[in-house]
Amino acid sequence: MILEGTAHVFGDHINTDYIIAAKHKSRLSNLDDMVEYIMEDIRPGFIKEITPGDFIVAGINFGCGSSRETAPWVIKKAGIAAVLAKGFARIFFRNSINIGLRVLRVDTAGIRQGDRIVVDLASGKVENRTRGDLMTTQPMPPFIQTILDAGGVKNYLKTHKTFDL
Amino acid sequence: MGMTMAEKIFSRHTGRDVRAGEIVLADVDATMSHEANRPLALEVFQEMGGDKIFDPKRVFMMLDHHFPGYSAADAVSNQKMRKFCAEQGCTLYEGEGIAHLVMPEKGHVLPGDLVVGTDSHTCTYGAMGAFSCGIGSTDMGVTLMTGKLWFMVPETIRMNITGKLPPGVFPKDLILSIIAKVTADGATYQAVEFAGPVIEAMSMDGRFTLSNMAVEMGAKAGLIAPDDVTLEWVKKRAGRPFTPQKPDGDAVYAKTMEFDVSDLPPFVAKPHYVDNGVPIEEVVGTPINQANLVSCTAARVEDLRIAAGVLKGRKIHSGTRMFVTPASREVLKTALAEGLISTFVEAGCHVGTHNCGGCAGVIFGALADGETVISTANRNFQGRLGNPKSFIYLASPATVAASALEGKIADPRPYFK
Repeated sequence: MILEGTAHVFGDHINTDYIIAAKHKSRLSNLDDMVEYIMEDIRPGFIKEITPGDFIVAGINFGCGSSRETAPWVIKKAGIAAVLAKGFARIFFRNSINIGLRVLRVDTAGIRQGDRIVVDLASGKVENRTRGDLMTTQPMPPFIQTILDAGGVKNYLKTHKTFDL
Repeated sequence: MGMTMAEKIFSRHTGRDVRAGEIVLADVDATMSHEANRPLALEVFQEMGGDKIFDPKRVFMMLDHHFPGYSAADAVSNQKMRKFCAEQGCTLYEGEGIAHLVMPEKGHVLPGDLVVGTDSHTCTYGAMGAFSCGIGSTDMGVTLMTGKLWFMVPETIRMNITGKLPPGVFPKDLILSIIAKVTADGATYQAVEFAGPVIEAMSMDGRFTLSNMAVEMGAKAGLIAPDDVTLEWVKKRAGRPFTPQKPDGDAVYAKTMEFDVSDLPPFVAKPHYVDNGVPIEEVVGTPINQANLVSCTAARVEDLRIAAGVLKGRKIHSGTRMFVTPASREVLKTALAEGLISTFVEAGCHVGTHNCGGCAGVIFGALADGETVISTANRNFQGRLGNPKSFIYLASPATVAASALEGKIADPRPYFK
């Protein structure tokens, strides 16, 4: 499967409080109502910049901090096709796999805001069409990839019944 | 070849010898979930078609983050959790205190256990020698079905801590200095073992402070080998058998680090990153508007004693608000009996309910643009307490108390001579 979209570039250590602030996730019971506040404290109005199919591109330790699952949720609901980052914090990474948000480890240093990015999920190749750069994603353990490919752990367990390590 | 604590605990919970790097399906001794993270774990369980949870005696739910309920959404979640726990027969702790102290206090986490919780600071129980880590709501929904979850057995970083903490310098200072050195992702996907004479001499309250903040360097767990201090603390609380695990002498570590605390100064993490820790000399004199003695990091009895010791017979600065929220009802009871609460009240502090309010971004002590708070909590991310234009410094209870007295960040050491 090929993904194509615009890169929205963030820095290092983007924590889950930045992705969805506590003041919103605490007061709203409906996850859909939280989407508009994505990254609000560090990039007000970010939701308006997103076209479905775009990418969030980040540095190291993306998703650090609180274990709130609303963080990958709002990213997915906002229409982001995948998060490309140099590194992910572990709870966020796991939560993303579980809900079927694609998280790809790749050296994002050369990507700039607005670059056109094409991701070939089958080969793991990431092309920066704007700059002509080619990168390769770091593969993840096959078992974890299977959960992601199923669209998340709930779907995985519907077909697999148990964890097939 | 010897095993680390993580390898031993996973081996025991998998039924065979396992090593770092393996993916395993393991039995869980206890689960914890609270009301703050949505969807609620019980909602995921129900959506997945769950009928009965795997074992009501191993499932614990807490109302601690927003207790006593700050919004209509809270009232709805709280009611759902009460109903679920009543139907399933599992325990709900309502307003008993912060989960990460209540779970060990009530004996629900024991040395050698494998525990998961829908909170990133679930790593706190590592102080008791339990492998405990944070997971999301969906992972918890899955765990509630079968009592098992998949894990990758982590490598371990060994930290040997030597010397003796100088007067006025505390476990919170130690962990802030470690995180500053290791950085916020320096231990990602790894377990940390805290060891050495400084740890052996440390109280359980101090150990909980260290393990609590392991996640702030990316670690999956922050483990301390159980010893007589642990067993003494646990013996009046344990209601079931347990098997403590210690690392083998020839365990293989990803890395070993040495920390000598003999000359360690008080440490303060500057806005807006937990690994932005500096010796106190660099921030002394920074004006503060608010001081928070709060959270699962450092609001246990020992922390309250230290802060009360600094405040006794004194009044906090007229321009500073100070909030004190004991970590649990048990802590509050002890603090009342010892006269600590009177000391706080006499000094001009506001003493509040034992919950997560002062740390987790739930509104109490709202900050205006440009205001600064110094806190015993574990995170200082921009906007963490509601206002992205405010500034949060993290410090020990002694530093927080001294700063509240002076109206600016103050070195606590003179108060300990």
